[in-house]
Amino acid sequence: MADFHLQIATADGLLYDGPAERVVVRTTEGDVGLLKGHIDYVAALKDVSELRLTVDEKTRIAAVSGGFVSVSKEITYISAITLEWADEIDRDRAQRAKETAEKRLQDKKQEDLDYRLAEMKLKRALNRINVADKK
Amino acid sequence: MAGAGMKDIKRRIKSVESTRQITKAMELVASSKMRRAKERVERTHPQFSLLYKTISDIASRNRDLSSPYVKARKQDHACVVVIAGDRGLAGGYNSNVFKAAEALMKDLPSPIVVPIGKKAGEFYGKRSYEILDNAHISVDELGMAQIYKVADHLCRQYKAGRFDSLYVVYTTFVSALTQEPATLQIFPISAVGNPGTKKFEILYEPSAEAVFEKIVPQYVAGILNGAVAESNASEQAARRNAMESATDNADEMIEQLGLRYNRARQGAITQEITEIVAGAQAAQ
Repeated sequence: MADFHLQIATADGLLYDGPAERVVVRTTEGDVGLLKGHIDYVAALKDVSELRLTVDEKTRIAAVSGGFVSVSKEITYISAITLEWADEIDRDRAQRAKETAEKRLQDKKQEDLDYRLAEMKLKRALNRINVADKK
Repeated sequence: MAGAGMKDIKRRIKSVESTRQITKAMELVASSKMRRAKERVERTHPQFSLLYKTISDIASRNRDLSSPYVKARKQDHACVVVIAGDRGLAGGYNSNVFKAAEALMKDLPSPIVVPIGKKAGEFYGKRSYEILDNAHISVDELGMAQIYKVADHLCRQYKAGRFDSLYVVYTTFVSALTQEPATLQIFPISAVGNPGTKKFEILYEPSAEAVFEKIVPQYVAGILNGAVAESNASEQAARRNAMESATDNADEMIEQLGLRYNRARQGAITQEITEIVAGAQAAQ
């Protein structure tokens, strides 16, 4: 299958810079599969999502939070707040994060903002665990 | 009596030497921290240029964009994020940032300050500025998660009308020897690109506005992250330079004191000889 040039960037630098056959991302509107020759396209990714990248017929999965995807003729970019490949996820840490977030959510006295943050933390932790289990 | 002078000088030399040891150690620590901070600055570049390009693309291709982030409104309040260090002993690093911030705020309508860095917290705590958020006061503990929180908070407050423009004051890392304070306007976002470069239609899903709304907080976080990284590298560089010159000064002082010590020693010996000779002559 034909390749296209993909770059994945987070605040920690470029996580991927190379050819890709297919990449599937979860935008706010639903899953989108990108192949070579896609029209120019920009979409925001869901707050927590997963990404599947296929190169040389091998598929890698990553847990993603936030970000957007931008496709142009020359290059496809994915920018994310955080992105971890399934084999790099610290599952124990995610598990601990899940437990603390759950504990926080049970505490009824907190303010709205704290509640929202704990909820987001829980979602991200669950996403990581989910992705880590798929590798 | 000359002997007492010698003792004093010896004590001075010892004290300068121990100060020199401290400044030398701080210099070495700062230079290794600077190297790491410089790497962090480089890592933030790819994402930042991508965010910048996408934002200005959307803003310039969609002149009629109805986002509150691009619309200029009546300027009642301005908000200024001031990024300084957690510690002193870094030459003019902190005071240069504050000077740049003062120069900017002089012309702004009733500015609200968001201090980042303990020194900034202290500086603005003592003055009569309104402070928006004191929660993220330490730059050293400011991770990506906190930066996103700050960015999100700033975006919400801006949309809610708490302030009508947003600036950030930080220090750019020009080189290991030069660091310059800089100011940057974040809100309202001005369309920088040239609409004439429109070649192809870009498909925005679900709409240009919706994508823009989603990306802006990340863009702000990207700017803040870049600014914090640059400031951090600058702080370490400034500290390294300050400590380097302190060490040099200490070396010079030790040399001077050494000369004075030898002179005093010689003076004491000469005096002793004179006394002995005089005594011997008197005995004859």
